[in-house]
Amino acid sequence: MHVLPYLVAAYIFLAGCYGLATSRNLIHAVGCLAVCQSATYVLLLAVGYRDGATAPVFSDLKPGSRPVVDPVVQALTLTDIVVGATVTAMLLALVLQIAKRHGTVDPDELRELRG
Amino acid sequence: MSRRLRLWLLAVGGAGVTALLVAAGLDLPSFGGPSHPYGDRAVRASLARHTANTIASVNFDQRAYDTLGEMGILFAAVLGCVVLLRQARDEHRAEPEPAEVARPVRRYALIVLPVALVTGIYVVAHGQLSPGGGFQGGVVAATALHLLYLGADYRALERVRPIGLFEASDALAVCAYLVLGLTGVLAGTAFLANTLLPYGTFNTLASGGIVPLLNAAVGVEVASAVVVLLAGFLDQAVEIEEQQGS
Amino acid sequence: MHHLLPLLVAVPLLGAALLVAMGRFVPRAAAEITGCAVSGGTAALALVLLLNSSPPLVEWAGGRRPTSGGSVGIVLVGDGPALGMAMLASLLTLAALAYSWRYFDEPPRGHAGSFPALMLVFQGAMCGFAIAGDLFNAFVFFELMSVVAYALTGYRIDEAKAVQGALTFGVVNSLGAYALLMGIGLLYARTGELAMTRIGRGLDAHGAPDALVLASFVLVLTGLLVKAAAVPFHFWLPDAHAVAPTPVCMLLSGVMVELGSYGVWRVYGTVFAGPGGIPAAGLTRALVTLGTLTAVTGAAMCWYQRHIKRLLAYSTVAHTGLFLVGLGVLIPEGDDGIALYILGHAGVKAALFACAGALLDRYGSVDEHALHGRARELGAFAVMFAVGGLALAGLPPFGTALGKAIAEESVGGPLTVVFVGASAVTGGAVLRVTARVFLGLGPRPRDAEYETSGSDERPETRGILRRVPDSMTAVPAVLLAAAFAAGVVPGFGDLVSRSVNEAGSGGAHASAHWTLAGVLLGLLSALLAVALAALAVARPGRVGAPDRALPLRRLQSGHVGDYVAWLLVGATALGALALPGLLGG
Repeated sequence: MHVLPYLVAAYIFLAGCYGLATSRNLIHAVGCLAVCQSATYVLLLAVGYRDGATAPVFSDLKPGSRPVVDPVVQALTLTDIVVGATVTAMLLALVLQIAKRHGTVDPDELRELRG
Repeated sequence: MSRRLRLWLLAVGGAGVTALLVAAGLDLPSFGGPSHPYGDRAVRASLARHTANTIASVNFDQRAYDTLGEMGILFAAVLGCVVLLRQARDEHRAEPEPAEVARPVRRYALIVLPVALVTGIYVVAHGQLSPGGGFQGGVVAATALHLLYLGADYRALERVRPIGLFEASDALAVCAYLVLGLTGVLAGTAFLANTLLPYGTFNTLASGGIVPLLNAAVGVEVASAVVVLLAGFLDQAVEIEEQQGS
Repeated sequence: MHHLLPLLVAVPLLGAALLVAMGRFVPRAAAEITGCAVSGGTAALALVLLLNSSPPLVEWAGGRRPTSGGSVGIVLVGDGPALGMAMLASLLTLAALAYSWRYFDEPPRGHAGSFPALMLVFQGAMCGFAIAGDLFNAFVFFELMSVVAYALTGYRIDEAKAVQGALTFGVVNSLGAYALLMGIGLLYARTGELAMTRIGRGLDAHGAPDALVLASFVLVLTGLLVKAAAVPFHFWLPDAHAVAPTPVCMLLSGVMVELGSYGVWRVYGTVFAGPGGIPAAGLTRALVTLGTLTAVTGAAMCWYQRHIKRLLAYSTVAHTGLFLVGLGVLIPEGDDGIALYILGHAGVKAALFACAGALLDRYGSVDEHALHGRARELGAFAVMFAVGGLALAGLPPFGTALGKAIAEESVGGPLTVVFVGASAVTGGAVLRVTARVFLGLGPRPRDAEYETSGSDERPETRGILRRVPDSMTAVPAVLLAAAFAAGVVPGFGDLVSRSVNEAGSGGAHASAHWTLAGVLLGLLSALLAVALAALAVARPGRVGAPDRALPLRRLQSGHVGDYVAWLLVGATALGALALPGLLGG
């Protein structure tokens, strides 16, 4: 149990990389990139966890009554999620334009830049 | 490169990276361990400045400079989408067709829309107290607006969503965040210092010093940015068409 | 004074936000003037801070100075190398904005300020990355730099190549960034810190390095080497440079890629250099091997290109290899030499891209074969292109030659061959282009089957220019003059070496001046370059046959899946190269 979350994060990252490398559709490829990003969130949140602790929010909790998990990694992850969504959106915008200009979203059929 | 060669390379590279990550995982401190020195320091610093939500304190007080960078990424990504999804030379805009929407969907959407919008604003406003904040609440508010697209049609959405206004509010929210940070420099302390405003009473809306203000700026920015983003994609899907005969 | 450090980021971002907010109302000229003004203002601020950077400036953002327990804030470093890179980024952005003055193609309707705004955000992000002393903060600005670069690369959405190049750029660099973040997560788990020097101290306190340290080293360096375009992470660079607008190429090759090498130097020096990090022998083996491979591959591929911007892109790859070799030997003189080399290279490469852009706008093509003899009328550009090629090859007294000479002295005999060879081949390729395009020498060469031609390009201006404007002629001239001055101005080399050593080697004394051996090696490289160019022009079949390197060229397929597979192979190779140092030590 004490290494399982880290191995899960590693598995998600590698699954995303496998999908990226073998993809036949650029929209699927951008989705795989988002999967790789989720692996980083799982790793960060797993690193910050503390047994028997609760969320580091004191609006309904008296400070000091219970241990809390690491707030720093939670803060890093939450901003990254919103940012990651917009970056994925920008890559999808590029895929959209590729579909219009090349007439395909299959990476095997993009032949403009070679050699 | 042939598919077989690519799969071989992937196998070699994947095996190496797997070995590396598994070996590292076995060396990490065990999951749920008690030692988080930075986390404990962060909680203490947050309580010292009367901010109930430690994560908001980390995001908008202790590591506000990182959040500036993240907000910049959001701003840049949306600006990038506006540039990339613009109307090309060989395209033109067509009037969106009015759509037939089932009555239950229309009723549901129009009832839930104000509720969702208020929820989003609530989440933004209470970011320094309970789980939430500018990033999360901004996304809720922006997507709430698009219930109008589901409940009515694209023309109705366009009427309540003047794109120029949202682009300007996105940019002005970024300016507001930066100006709030610069007041620290002008007052002689550091950039984004949280030492000028009173910290207020713990667990009330006006607590934490500069945290609620930066939170609000980010909330406006994220909401406007997501609206502009969705507008770009919806325009591409609904309005922009290739020039006839090109 | 140290309170002004974050302004290097805040001022460009504020300028960009204002440009977007008022984009609908201001005319194009006002937007461009604002962009240049903000960019120049930030450059001036960087200069003021640079002049005050000894002893190094340290700033804790938000005033969060460390107390007895530690700190919760973000540290910014304002030492010589950091502020030097920030100033380089600012000056090149100013040059790029001046180059695109008035003639760059029509901005998107109602968004007159979007191009200068994106360039200003790019500048702010590069400055933020340069002055970052906190590893996660460095990652955030790394991401910001990358995102803006993707948008700027794909700016010309009407071109099929542009959107393809931008997407492969986006996917590969994002994957590198996520690898970097995973490495940061591992380091945070071990040490509980995010500030670079504190992570280093935490690793040292933990004891001898183990698999976690190796994994975090590999992941962090993978992200940085993707940015630096080292082999086998480099495949995105030629694709992106072939299609990005010329002012953007100037920035990508001039400073963004060099920030990857700077990041490697900074992160190794602060995080992994102690007894708890990666042993020096392991790092040297890793960087020298990858650097040599990069220099050789880059030079070979550069030689066989006919698309002028792709040729220049491959020469950047080759020079990245040289930078990594120079940094990898972990000698103070090597660091000083590479710092000077980076400064000189930035000016020369940006000037060469500016000239290529002028060809594109005047003739609608950047193809060496199609433009054969057509640019005879552009005398000034012929001179600048030739001078740039010679400077790239290492002709004294350019800044590139001074940096190369000092670096060659520190890397020793066998690696000096790599330096001379790579710079001669890349310089020779540029001189070959000058001879064919501007002077019309030699027969027109054959076309090959697997290559990217530069013929079906559209000019970046509103149609083909009848006359190249003065702004497009002045910018490369000024950049080449600056690269020349870097090598000629007495004391500049010593100034750079003092500030680099103060930051990196604890103030080790090293002198950075011209030696006889350095001058001779520089002249040798330049002569080799001229000879190669002459041979290629006279007998294109012998030296320039594109089918020779076909297996290598087939690897550059434009397929994003291939590039991702190579990224994983590269990470494995990096781990394999650094591992023996850990096991032995």
